[in-house]
Formats: sequence, structure tokens, C-alpha cells
Amino acid sequence: MDLQFTDAENSFRNELRHWLAGVIPTLPGEPHRDDWVGRRDYDTMWQRTLFEAGYAGINWPKEYGGLGATPTEHLIFLEETERARAPYVGQNFVGLLHAGPTLITEASPEQKAFHLPAILKGEHIWCQGFSEPGAGSDLASLSCRAIRDGDDYVISGQKIWTSFGHTADYCEMLVRTDPDVPKHRGISWLILPMGQPGMDVRPLRTMEGSTEFCEVFFDEVRVPVANRVGAENDGWRVAMVTLSFERGTAFVSEMLQSMELARDLAQLAKRITRNGASAWDDAGLRRDIGRICAELDALWALTKRNISQAQRTGLVGPGGNVFKLAYAELRSKLGELAMHLLDRASLSIDDVGQLPTHAHVHGRIHALSLGIAAGTSQVQRNIVAERILGLPKDR
Amino acid sequence: MDFELNDDERSLQEGIRSFLTGRCPIEVVRANEETGGALDRTLWRELADVGVFSLRTDGFGMTESVLAFEELGRSLVAGPLVASHLAASVVAGAGDGSRIVGLLEPAEPVTMVEHLASLDDLIVLRNDGIFVVEPSGVIGVLAERPLDALTPITRLDDVPDGQRIGDAAMALQWRRDGMVLTAGLQLGLCLASIDLAKTYAMQREQFGRPIGSFQAVKHMLADMLTKAEVTRAAVYAAAVNIDGRGDSSDLMQTARMAKLLAGDSALFCGKTCIQVHGGMGFTWEVDAQRYWKRACVLDTHFGNSDEHAAAFSAAL
Repeated sequence: MDLQFTDAENSFRNELRHWLAGVIPTLPGEPHRDDWVGRRDYDTMWQRTLFEAGYAGINWPKEYGGLGATPTEHLIFLEETERARAPYVGQNFVGLLHAGPTLITEASPEQKAFHLPAILKGEHIWCQGFSEPGAGSDLASLSCRAIRDGDDYVISGQKIWTSFGHTADYCEMLVRTDPDVPKHRGISWLILPMGQPGMDVRPLRTMEGSTEFCEVFFDEVRVPVANRVGAENDGWRVAMVTLSFERGTAFVSEMLQSMELARDLAQLAKRITRNGASAWDDAGLRRDIGRICAELDALWALTKRNISQAQRTGLVGPGGNVFKLAYAELRSKLGELAMHLLDRASLSIDDVGQLPTHAHVHGRIHALSLGIAAGTSQVQRNIVAERILGLPKDR
Repeated sequence: MDFELNDDERSLQEGIRSFLTGRCPIEVVRANEETGGALDRTLWRELADVGVFSLRTDGFGMTESVLAFEELGRSLVAGPLVASHLAASVVAGAGDGSRIVGLLEPAEPVTMVEHLASLDDLIVLRNDGIFVVEPSGVIGVLAERPLDALTPITRLDDVPDGQRIGDAAMALQWRRDGMVLTAGLQLGLCLASIDLAKTYAMQREQFGRPIGSFQAVKHMLADMLTKAEVTRAAVYAAAVNIDGRGDSSDLMQTARMAKLLAGDSALFCGKTCIQVHGGMGFTWEVDAQRYWKRACVLDTHFGNSDEHAAAFSAAL
């Protein structure tokens, strides 16, 4: 076991750090958090900048224009961009990390040639149409119908939790093409151009007031059969292929932020007074912060184990589920502790006085979604128990 | 960076595991309860022969040592394993298992020493240094009912002075290394608790099916595994740091992280293993109680997890 970076990894880091130091000061200011069109422009500008410098598609194979970096280099990329306060992947997320990898593995040469360069250059934004009001944890029970009509599919139904649905150019979509077979076997994977007649995209307001997500309604929307990726009714397998692209790096940026925030919380506690004394005088609070920081450091070590496993075997394995379960819980603990420390200042989502309220309250709200999105903690526990420990599948 | 076991590390760990499963299966460990937890000197020598105490004086590092201690914990091997390993560099006979070396840290409200009757040498670990004491001269009261039947425990009226064998800096380093080695034992306890709970959950039937098919039971086991795997990462990271192949220069802080995580996780896995066993978990017969009790013992070694949480925050 070795946690030190190789010479090659260090020079990758140094070159990247040097480039970031030059480019970050030249970037324009970030748009307002709910200005989705402005954010699209900003995110695609950053993607274009990465592309021109040769850093686009860090984890994509070289033959498709990516960097073909190892999982460890991907970790370094995320560490350095976080350190430099570089923009995030933002609205390029689905295209770069979800639809793109799926197309690389499963799409036809024509589909690849058209879509992959546009994703890499920040020309196309993608969104995802997987979840439905009636198909959440049980995603395979989805019912949005696609009926074959000549060279088209005609789609009717509803999708939900579609991030960037209002700004995207394309949607990766799972539809029901055969309702008369077991649920996993009647699904197809389609490329849907956004803005078709019969589509209605409505913002879905989250508990924080953000409109990042949309609901999308389909009323006899026509999509060419040529837009299908993989065989008809083989869409579930196509969708699962995407999961195999995860290299243990999914939460690296977030982890770095959380570790910094937890240490900031200790400094905050030293500044805040409670009943005439420093809040830091409270031994219980110090223990709580100490425990959270130590547990975050441990999760950082687990992240490196997962990345190392991916580097060796190409797969993260069980460590991915374990990480997500532990992180969702720990991030909630950190947020709860911060809100207790801030006490009534935490009743404002935006900063109050000289207090960094926003980072902590927004973080706490975000933590509520961590145990739900991309497989609830309960589903994760089932997966850990059944696939890792081998417990019986029936409920 | 490659934070996976390499081939040498893997074969070392497998070697220790196969020795332990052959030489001290749980029936053998359990049998010691009938002798009041007296240590088996033959076994102690054999443990020394596979390198448990001398790994680091033989040129291996903390990484290999922790992998070995994980297996010792998994097999519930009793005795002053960490103390004898730490003492190997300074006390003659500790490394080859010819002498059994114990350790105590003066504590409040009482100072307790383990396995006193079996010891050849007793180390007293203080902030100002390391001291060695002749155990036969140590006066104390043997607890009639130790919490862990495999860990006899004696309350001392006075902490003996002894002869100095190390300074304050060395004491600090022993404490740090002791934390990480103990964390290795605790990780092993987590893994053994999970194995036992899983086996029972697959066999035990209620309401016409294995209890392991109920989500409420599955989720307990998933939580055990989650804590164990996070702990494994923490313990290995602390060990790799000490060996100079790490990502942090603060070796004490990562050692604290490991001991804190391992202490909490071993207690959690132990108690959850009891819960999975239901009524049987509350019996003497089932080993679940043994894992939990050992977790209680080890949590008190080199500072419990609450102390480490407080100390960890002091560096923030």
C-alpha cells in the first residue's frame, strides 16, 4: 500500500496547477445561482477552455478525444481544480459523466461522431430522463411509453428530476417499448433532442427554492428510431453500463469542500460566544467536531482505496456503496452540528452579519438529498447486504 | 498512489490468517475461559514464530504489522499482543515470545492491569517516559469477574515506579504505534462480528424464512460492514503514514483517527452482532458477547475514542 504519488502523477499535477494559475484569474464572474441560461453559458465556456487546453473528457478514452487519464490522475484533477477554485462541471455533468460514457460504449459510429465531440467542446448540454413519479427506487418499473410508428417512436408519459431540463439540447431517456414482458426487458435507451412539439418542461422547485430540476411531460413526441442506442428492449443493460464508468471519484470535490468546512467550523466555534464564553470552551462541542473531522479524514482514505481499486480492476466495487452510505450520514451530522452552533443565525440561508451562514445551511440542506439521490441509503443498504454479504434477496 | 494491498502484503496477511484458523480456532480461544484467562505459553511462542511480535524489528513496517494484528483481532487472540510487539525492540525475549510483556498506563479513577499473573515483564507507559517493572512485586486485587473472561484484570493500589527504558519522546511514539496496532485488532473484531452475524442471519428462521431476508436485519448488517470498511481505510492509512508512504505528515493525528474510528466501529459491530442474534446473543454460549467485550477492553487502550475525538479537535 502506498499513498504517495508517482513522479508521473506529480508532474501531471504540476502542469495542471501551472495552467490553472494562469487561466483562473481571467475567468468572468459566476452568474446568479438560479440564472440557468447564464450558467449554461458559463459552464460551457469553462468546458471549451478545458477542451482547448487538452483537459476535456479527463476520464474519456483517447480515441474519443478524451485525456484517457487514470483514476488517480482524475483524483489529482479534481484536487487541483478545487484548490484553484475553478468552475465545476456544472451543466456539462450529464453529457460528460453519464450520457457520453454510455455513447462511447454502446452507440453507433454515426451517433458517436455527431455527439461525442460536441459534448467535449461544450457545444451540447445533456439532461437525463430516467426517473418518473411512479419509478424512483424501483426505476425499472418506469412507464413512459414509446410506441413504434414507422421510422419513429411516439413518446407519451412523464419524467422527473431532470437536471438542466430547461437548458439542455439532448436528453438521455429510458422508455417503455414493451409493456408485456418482465419490467427490465421492455425498456429502450433513446437520444431525445429537446424542444420537440408535444414536450412541456416545467421547473421543479426544491425545498431550498432552487429550480435546478425539471419535470418533463410528453404528449405524442416523435423521435426517430435511429436515435435509439443499443437494441430495442435492451435499454436497461445500456443504462447499467454507465455505472461501470464510475471510478471512485464522484464525490472528490464534495469531500474536499466538506473537510474544509468542518475545519472552518472549528474556527467559527472559536469566534462565537455563548453565555459569555467562547463556544469552543464546550468540551462536548469540541469532541463532536473532532469526531466529524476524523471521520471525514477516514472517508478520504476510503476514497483513495476506492480509486486504487478502480485503477487496478476498472471497477469501484462495494466501496462505492459503502462510501455513499457513510458520507450521506456524516455530511448530515456536520450540517446539524453547524446549525446548532450558528443557532438562530442558521435561520437565514444567506450569510448573516459576519457569519458564513450560507455554506453551512446550504450544506445541511444538500445533505438531506445525499441519502436520497442516486439510490436512497435504504436501497444502498439492501445492495450492500445482498450483493456484498450475500443475504437472501426476498424482502 | 496504490492504496490496495500488494502481493507481499496480501500473502503475509493470508499466512497469519491460515496459521490462526488452524492453531487457534474460536473453540481453543474460548477454552481459556476455564483457566481464568491464563495465557498459553506454547501458543505465545508460536505467535512469535510467525512474527507477530518481531515484524518491525525484522525489517517489516507498521503496514505489515497492522495486517497481522487485524487477523489476531479477528481470531480473538487474548493477551498483551500490542505491548509485547512494542517491547520487542527494547525488552529481551519479547520478540521471540520467550517472555510475555504487558503494559499499563496510569489512569483515573483506577489503574488496571491485564493478565498480571501471566506476565514476565510489565511496562509502565507514562507521559515522561517508559519504565519496566518486575510483575511479581506488583500488588493489586484481581477482579473476580472480569468483563472479558479472556482478559483477567487487576486493580492496582499504587502504580509502581520501575526502571526507565525510554524517554518522553519514545513514550509518545509507543502511544502512537500502540493506537494503530490496537486499531488493527479492533478492525479484526469488526470483521469477525460481521461474519458471525451474517452466518446466523442466513441460518436462523422466523416467520418461515431466514431473518437475513428481512430488511430490518439486512440494514443492521449493512451498517456494520460500512463502519468496518471506513475503519479499514483509516487504519491502513495511519499505518502507511507511519511507514513514510503516506499523505499526511501528522502521524499522531492519523493514528488518533484510526483509533477513534476503530474503537467506535468495534463497539458498534459487537453490539449489533448481539442484536442480530436476538436472545441467543445474550447467552454465554454465543460468541457475539466475546467480540463486544473485547471491543470494550481495547477501547480503553491508549485512550478511548472520546479522548481521541477531543485530542483530534485540539489540533484543528
